[in-house]
Amino acid sequence: MKMSMKRWKQCAGLGVALVALAPALAWSHQETGQATGFLSGFEHPISGLDHVLAMVAVGLWGAVLGPPALWALPVAFPVMMAFGGLMGLLGIPIPDVEIGIALSAIVLGAMVLAELRPSFWLAAGVVAFFAIFHGHAHGRELPEGANALLYSFGFVVATGLLHAVGILLGEAHRWAAGRQAVRAAGGGVALAGLFFLWQAVA
Amino acid sequence: MKATKTLSTLAVLGTFVVAPAHAHLVETGFGAFYDGIAHVAVTPADLLVVIALALFSGQQGAGAARYVVFALPVAWLIGGIIGARWPSTATWFLLTTVSFALAGALVALNARVRDVGVAALAVVAGALHGLANGAAMASSGVGSLALAGVVSVIFFLTVILSAEVTALPAGWPQIVVRVAGSWIAATGLLMLGWLAQSGP
Repeated sequence: MKMSMKRWKQCAGLGVALVALAPALAWSHQETGQATGFLSGFEHPISGLDHVLAMVAVGLWGAVLGPPALWALPVAFPVMMAFGGLMGLLGIPIPDVEIGIALSAIVLGAMVLAELRPSFWLAAGVVAFFAIFHGHAHGRELPEGANALLYSFGFVVATGLLHAVGILLGEAHRWAAGRQAVRAAGGGVALAGLFFLWQAVA
Repeated sequence: MKATKTLSTLAVLGTFVVAPAHAHLVETGFGAFYDGIAHVAVTPADLLVVIALALFSGQQGAGAARYVVFALPVAWLIGGIIGARWPSTATWFLLTTVSFALAGALVALNARVRDVGVAALAVVAGALHGLANGAAMASSGVGSLALAGVVSVIFFLTVILSAEVTALPAGWPQIVVRVAGSWIAATGLLMLGWLAQSGP
């Protein structure tokens, strides 16, 4: 019990130290457009349902897969997504990006629904592959006058927090009723993905 | 040592692609020392590299953290003095972006580097960011007191974060640190794209 409290205190201390830095990032005034940049970047992923569902599905699938995928997917996804954004910014085209995003929701949702547990590297590869589409489509939509670095940071943080939401929801997988709820959520994401696909090809 | 060599090579290469400077210093109204403190808080590239290096040194253990706690602020101070004395007409966005992206990637990978290598990385990154800070402060007409403010906040941030990470138990807490590193690396990657798009 003592050890547990110590661990919580250590985690809480680190969390407070990191959170204390966040307002400075969000509301800084050294250059123009900093608050706009962070908020725009933060709002962008959560304003698009396709992105939200796919990110939450990554977290849900991670929870279904368990360690090490549970933590490896949220570590790998932002970097691969940023790589996709980098490709977009460098002008490297990816054909049918919207179809790729819709497919990501279908595939990830179906994985959760069917509780598929492929090998770790295959799961990481699937997530990394789809992350590139999301980054390419969304990572380069910087509003006029906004700070690019803080826009990027806000975008990445919001995406990571969506993963966290998915993981937390996926923890319900431990219980019988929760397991069915998680599977149903996966089915819902896959259905929404089908709708996005229909929109993309229509 | 390999990481140090890579970073040094990048630093040399980066000097060929720097762009005209537009830096300035935030004014808090409380004096130069506090302006320096505020400068770090409102300069994301500086803040991210300090956080990333503190997390990275903490991951390596107490030995590396002890090196970095002193190496980073001292290198930053020396770089700042040089930058203020001989201000460059260039900006350092590319190099500072590469430095925090690289440090973030090392945290995300939970890479194992020798203590001396971690210290060398901190020295290179600190000197780089210090040069940029020094040049910004020279153009703003503020003196060494602002630089002292910058170095103070870097020291305290590094001490607090590296100490916390060093003491973290295995499992989720350490994974959170790696996730933070991946966010910093991802931000750096996207920023490199913006820099490439905006041109020199």
